[in-house]
Amino acid sequence: MYRYDELDQALVDQRVAEFRDQVRRHLAGELSEEEFRPLRLRNGLYIQRHAPMLRIAIPYGLLSSQQLRTLAWITRRYDRGYGHFTTRQNLQLNWPALADVPDILAELARVQMHAIQTSGNCVRNVTADHMAGIAPDEIDDPRPYCEIIRQWATLHPEFTYLPRKFKIAVTGSAEDRAASEVHDIGLQLRRDAHGEIGFSVRVGGGLGRAPVIGQLIREWLPLPELLAYLEAILRVYNLHGRRDNIHKARIKVLVKSLGIERFRTEVEREWQAGHAHAARLSAADLERVRAFFRPHSYEPLADCDPTSGREPAFQAWYRYNTRAHRAPGYRAVLVCLKAHGAVPGDMTAAQMERVADLAERVSFGLVRSTHSQNLLLADVPQRLLHQVWRELAASDLAMPNVGTLTDMIACPGLDFCSLANAGTISVARQIQQRFDDLDYLHDLGEIELKMSGCMNACGHHHVGHIGILGVDKHGEQWYQISLGGSANGFTALGEVIGPSVAQHEVALTLERIVETYRELREEGERFIDTVRRVGISPFRERAYAAHPAAA
Amino acid sequence: MRHILRRRELLTDEWRYLGEEAADTDPLIVPVGQLRTDPLRSQLMRRSGALGARLGPADAVEEVARLAGLLPRLALVALEFPSPGDGRGYSQARLLRGRFAFRGELRAIGAGVRQDQAFLLARCGFDSLEPPPGTDLEAVRRAFSSYNVAYQPGSTQLALRQQRFGPFSGELVSAPGDSPPNGELSPKAP
Repeated sequence: MYRYDELDQALVDQRVAEFRDQVRRHLAGELSEEEFRPLRLRNGLYIQRHAPMLRIAIPYGLLSSQQLRTLAWITRRYDRGYGHFTTRQNLQLNWPALADVPDILAELARVQMHAIQTSGNCVRNVTADHMAGIAPDEIDDPRPYCEIIRQWATLHPEFTYLPRKFKIAVTGSAEDRAASEVHDIGLQLRRDAHGEIGFSVRVGGGLGRAPVIGQLIREWLPLPELLAYLEAILRVYNLHGRRDNIHKARIKVLVKSLGIERFRTEVEREWQAGHAHAARLSAADLERVRAFFRPHSYEPLADCDPTSGREPAFQAWYRYNTRAHRAPGYRAVLVCLKAHGAVPGDMTAAQMERVADLAERVSFGLVRSTHSQNLLLADVPQRLLHQVWRELAASDLAMPNVGTLTDMIACPGLDFCSLANAGTISVARQIQQRFDDLDYLHDLGEIELKMSGCMNACGHHHVGHIGILGVDKHGEQWYQISLGGSANGFTALGEVIGPSVAQHEVALTLERIVETYRELREEGERFIDTVRRVGISPFRERAYAAHPAAA
Repeated sequence: MRHILRRRELLTDEWRYLGEEAADTDPLIVPVGQLRTDPLRSQLMRRSGALGARLGPADAVEEVARLAGLLPRLALVALEFPSPGDGRGYSQARLLRGRFAFRGELRAIGAGVRQDQAFLLARCGFDSLEPPPGTDLEAVRRAFSSYNVAYQPGSTQLALRQQRFGPFSGELVSAPGDSPPNGELSPKAP
């Protein structure tokens, strides 16, 4: 993984010192809340329902065992002994004290971490495919480019006060596991006929109130032009994006109002005209960063069948919670943060420590966080899988439901977030209880369930095979259900099936929907494929048939 | 009497804004809109003092390049930051210093010019800051030293210890003290 050099470390240390002084001035009354707000947001600090919330950056989801142990220690020392992993691969602490935050940031800086730009109207944590570097179908490892973009975007003097937040994702595989088409900029790695690396660039995607799929602005961007082209896009946005209405300030609104053709013309003109002064990605800088992401020195192993003669519980876990690896004899292991009874994405300090230890023993001391709020041990020898399973199971991290209905994405919802309209945690629990039969879950197969507690769509409900959106109806929590969304290679926005349902009816309604699927599916057909084939009408009819009282 | 910071120096401002009491020889800052049309433009051009143009965040900097031909004495451009969150002025500054090679004084004015923005403003090529009245200018001056490293190409006026991604060619100029602010603008052909 990337290691800080003197420059990287100095910048993070100086950032901590700057923020320590800003907190001091705020607590001394020299900086009003209004003045302090944009400064604290750019250091990941929100003021939430109960307490501040600190969002710690995990660049493209990559952590060392040492970093994960430090996170565990921080949650014990400064919080309540757990953290919440987000869809942007970051970690949120729900209970830190404002006065402690500079110390927390200093602890993070000691292990080459920070909370810079995890919030605020600036370039956010750059995300990537969690299978980067190991996926069999990969064109190139996206992480060196993510790291370069992270550095370039960090304290960018021109782009720290944008009209609105700005999210970039990079994917290197045919299967888009980073949801790049619903990002402000989505970069997809490409290789041309001469073997040269470049990107196809999409712009103006995003979820939130008005979900939009990103449009292609450039089919082929040569790698050395990466930063110059990003600067051109950001400059056009910074100068012309709307600032009069927060709901119209994302780049997607600018792209839509100009039209992609005109937006492209503006960007290309800016790119050419500003080229001499734009940031250059030199071959030396590129090589320096790439060197940190070389493939591990894998043992020369052969593929085997680790499930042979093993118990059914292990076989189920192997099938659902592990993934194919490029190197023979290895497998990627998903550490499941969706055990029934747990809050999706939450992890205790003790669990973090055990996974950190395990990673050190079996996976080169590295752990990844995924967009779907699980962790990944990327490089596990197949012969150790049974042992890994037993250790994970002992920490309640081996529920074999990854990719199934209860491996749901959920934002923290009304219990923590001051923006939310409705709770997500209690609904998640209700769904876990109703679908607590593993055989049934496995029979339903691959289903992506995504739930948000409000229109801001942190839980990506628009692109769930099943999406759940919490809404407020006269002070009560109701839930709108959509079907047919997807962010995985074939990006589509879900269609709302009808009126929202009361909180106690969410799991029941889901059961009616999946039962409809079980009746309609053809041999081997996935849920999403049945929805695409038959449309949402049959689901709508069944979902509401039994309770006409739903309004 | 107005105080400003110019390249880390705390000074009494010698410039006047249009509408303030000013002698014919005093340097005068005029909203860019006033420089577009006669008779005001002709009157202003007859003054013996230097001229500066003031731009709001929605004004196009290309206009300054166009004016430069008409106003050879344009020695200052003032860009407004109505609030700390309005970052358009950063891009305007980069364009003026980079593409349009403006070598005169580039001044940041308004409620958005504070110590917490000082480092970023200087990196974008501003060489004078005019924060709102009552601001502790010493604190703003100290803020220039918040960082001594940066990743991005930027103005050379803050001598940084280390920088990473350089520009494709040339640095952003920031009106170095040894070259007189003659107000020449030379838009480079793309």
